[in-house]
Amino acid sequence: MQIPQLKKRLLRLKINGRWREDAIAEDALLVNYLRNVAGLTGVKTGCDGGECGACTILIDGKAVPSCIMLAVRCDGRCIETIEGLATQGRLSRLQRAFHEKLGTQCGFCTPGMVMAAEALLRCNPTPTDAEIRAALSGNLCRCTGYVKIIESVKAATGAVS
Amino acid sequence: MTAVDPIADGSHRRRGVPLIDGIEKVTGSARYTADLDHAGALVGRILRSPVSHGDIERLDVSKARAMEGVFAVITGDDCPHTYGVLPVAMNEYPLARERVRYRGEPIAAVAAIDAGTAERAIELIEFELRPLPAYYSSEEARAPGATLLHDNKPGNIEREVHHDFGDWQLGFANADLVREEKISCAEINHAQIEPHACLVDYNPTTGQLTVQTVSQVGYYLHLMLARCLEMDTSRIRIVKPFIGGGFGARVEVLNFEIITALLARAASGKVLMLLSREETFLTHRARPQTDVKIRVGMRRDGRITACACEVVQRGGAYAGYGIVTILYAGALLQGLYDIPALRYDGYRIYANLPPCGAMRGHGAVDTRHAFECLLDRMSRDLGLDPFAARRANLLHAPTRTLNDLMINSYGLPECLDRVEQASGWRKRIGKLPKGKGLGMACSHYVSGAAKPIHWTGEPHAVVNVRLDFDGGITALTGAADIGQGSSTMVAIVVSETLGVALDRVRVVSADSALTPKDNGAYSSRITFMVGNAAIDAAKTLKNILVDAAARKLEARPDDIEVIGETFRIGRGTQASLSFAEVVKIALVDRGAITVSGTFTCPPEAQGGRHKGGAVGSTMGFSYAAQVVEASVDEATGLVTVEKVWTALDCGCAINPLAVEGQIQGSVWMGMGQALSEETRYFEGLPAHASLLEYRMPTIVESPPIEVHIVESHDPHGPFGAKEASEGALGGFAPALVNAIANAIGIDLDELPVTPDRVMEALIQRRRQARLAKTLKAAT
Repeated sequence: MQIPQLKKRLLRLKINGRWREDAIAEDALLVNYLRNVAGLTGVKTGCDGGECGACTILIDGKAVPSCIMLAVRCDGRCIETIEGLATQGRLSRLQRAFHEKLGTQCGFCTPGMVMAAEALLRCNPTPTDAEIRAALSGNLCRCTGYVKIIESVKAATGAVS
Repeated sequence: MTAVDPIADGSHRRRGVPLIDGIEKVTGSARYTADLDHAGALVGRILRSPVSHGDIERLDVSKARAMEGVFAVITGDDCPHTYGVLPVAMNEYPLARERVRYRGEPIAAVAAIDAGTAERAIELIEFELRPLPAYYSSEEARAPGATLLHDNKPGNIEREVHHDFGDWQLGFANADLVREEKISCAEINHAQIEPHACLVDYNPTTGQLTVQTVSQVGYYLHLMLARCLEMDTSRIRIVKPFIGGGFGARVEVLNFEIITALLARAASGKVLMLLSREETFLTHRARPQTDVKIRVGMRRDGRITACACEVVQRGGAYAGYGIVTILYAGALLQGLYDIPALRYDGYRIYANLPPCGAMRGHGAVDTRHAFECLLDRMSRDLGLDPFAARRANLLHAPTRTLNDLMINSYGLPECLDRVEQASGWRKRIGKLPKGKGLGMACSHYVSGAAKPIHWTGEPHAVVNVRLDFDGGITALTGAADIGQGSSTMVAIVVSETLGVALDRVRVVSADSALTPKDNGAYSSRITFMVGNAAIDAAKTLKNILVDAAARKLEARPDDIEVIGETFRIGRGTQASLSFAEVVKIALVDRGAITVSGTFTCPPEAQGGRHKGGAVGSTMGFSYAAQVVEASVDEATGLVTVEKVWTALDCGCAINPLAVEGQIQGSVWMGMGQALSEETRYFEGLPAHASLLEYRMPTIVESPPIEVHIVESHDPHGPFGAKEASEGALGGFAPALVNAIANAIGIDLDELPVTPDRVMEALIQRRRQARLAKTLKAAT
């Protein structure tokens, strides 16, 4: 039996501030492209598709689960992942808060959780508890009970010390 | 004068510190198994049984093997050895031989050039299975004449336990009130967010096998790989990457780990096995469906006179941890309250479902739920406050329970006081608006099993601490940090014992080529055992450093005062040495230093002499009390948890931030089991095998959880510490069910309290009320 030939397309997109081009199978999921081709393994796979939010990234500033998005649909678009948040060794406000307030335990949901919170804070810098809960409702965590996740997001907004 | 170092005075302990590996986690640079460099690795896939019970009549892999891009195809023929966790109960093959016993059991596996090729090869495997009768409940499996899953286990009973302590018949006779309840709890799953994965590299030239996997106990895997692959243990290396949660799912060796190793050797290379979420659910090993029948005798003042409890666990198709789980369920009825007489009957049943195993609160949770619900109902019958009923039955440390469990510290009274006050219980109970209620319950858990499963005579924990020319201190521990923060705990106790800055200490964890063997991340043993071993090692190193400083300062070691990282002669003299200077002196003639510290549980901690008496034994129990405020919507049956107050006695909070996080996480996990989590099977086919269908609470349903840390300073714990991550879990479900009873006057006997179950209870109450009315009218 022969290995079937995959149909590929040229994909040009901006990831964490840098443009790149890759030949990509038409059916390749964005999460697999980011992890296996672009080497961005901070983007996690926690489920069989669209259930857990661990793969959440930003596409043109909007939080999207990258496991139910085809890579070829991102041509010309601007992608941000957890790896792009810290600049020159300085953690982002959210990253620092999740670290210091223990918004992360095992850490597996953390990249997706932080990116979903990032999208929220960019359009709503002082969210209420209810708005934080709504924005993170697609991101599952099994360790924290979410208490310290909410505290972390609030700490990043300066709402708690 | 040198300023007092913040570590040396223990202030880190008071404040708490972020995880030492937290930066990697928040920046996405933490590498979990699926993230490891797997360049050149083949992809593994598993063929699973489509039937629940059947004999394998034919299995033909020739077409798959002949396929281009396929490097290995293996079946049960490739491994004639069973594996398992208990030496007396290993009845499972990595790949089924002759018979399959649950839907989803691995039959064959493929390693191929890529995922697509591996999946097509799986489809080319031909097999015929002759179906056998299959059983999906304990009742069906135990019925007379049922086909046996395992020929040596009549009645499909894996293990029966019958324990008698004290005169329970007399106890019941002396009671003012005896009440019995039947309570059942659904099977649940760990559902850690990281799906199962492993990367195995077999080097055919050297015969070395390197395994990177999600295991909580690399040591067990090490032993089982040697057994199943017939390899010398010295040729195997187990390395733990970052792990995305465990909760018990990864304590046992899992079939896919052995399968991947078999594939790697058959293919003479590297194989990456990433299980889907569905397969991760199928691998299971979680909390079994449990039926509890419990009877308690009580005097009018709330004092318990006797308890009789029968537990039936539907264990799934293979032994796994089953014997331990059914023993825990009885043993941990003790240790929380003073129960003068106890009868326990436990039955662990085989059924044609994925095997159950250990899950957070192992064995104790469902019986604790039943006990605490019953205690509440009895205190209501007697007109007692639920807190008073608990306070009437407190233990007094130090003591030993009827079943010979050792209790050296007991912070439960303070836990009760704290949550009673914080929740405003006295002012609010019985005064909340309609549909709202308060409930409370207590729970406890072991700080490590005092008797390890593999009894070798070695210490219970060993930690090495290294010091080299660079002044860096490296703690080497086999203990697996799976997100609970155990490596951070080791760093804190080492830095504090030595009096050095926390960031001078790095921790290398769980790599069998580098770190001393550890019994692993289970039964909340790491803080107590590994913490003590780390203190022991750090003390030895400190003595070496003090001796070195004494030589240089021409003083006696006793005269050396160590303040933070400064060594000096005490009282009035100016001569002092920096840490770097002392390290240089200490290394003269001997070079780099490695010291070893150990911890051993003494024999008196290892449980009673009765059969199964080792299970439940521990050096110290954590204690917890909690109050849950809930509301019930009588139109929809929806239960909402408004707030939780929890107090936990962890002896001493070595890292309060992590302790708080562990308590919140365990309470919340108890909430999932209580509210919505449940695995469901349709003729053995899981109907819950995704994170949408397996309903764990989202952030929207998750309430504030207020934590009160109680420190009873255990005489044997490291700095007085005990466990903090399992003790509070078991109290949530009964506190919630008690709160629902308080809110709507209905006692629910099934977990989880899903809207359909609540509605059914409400409808039944309405029916009974109508019936009573009709009867009254008729008479």
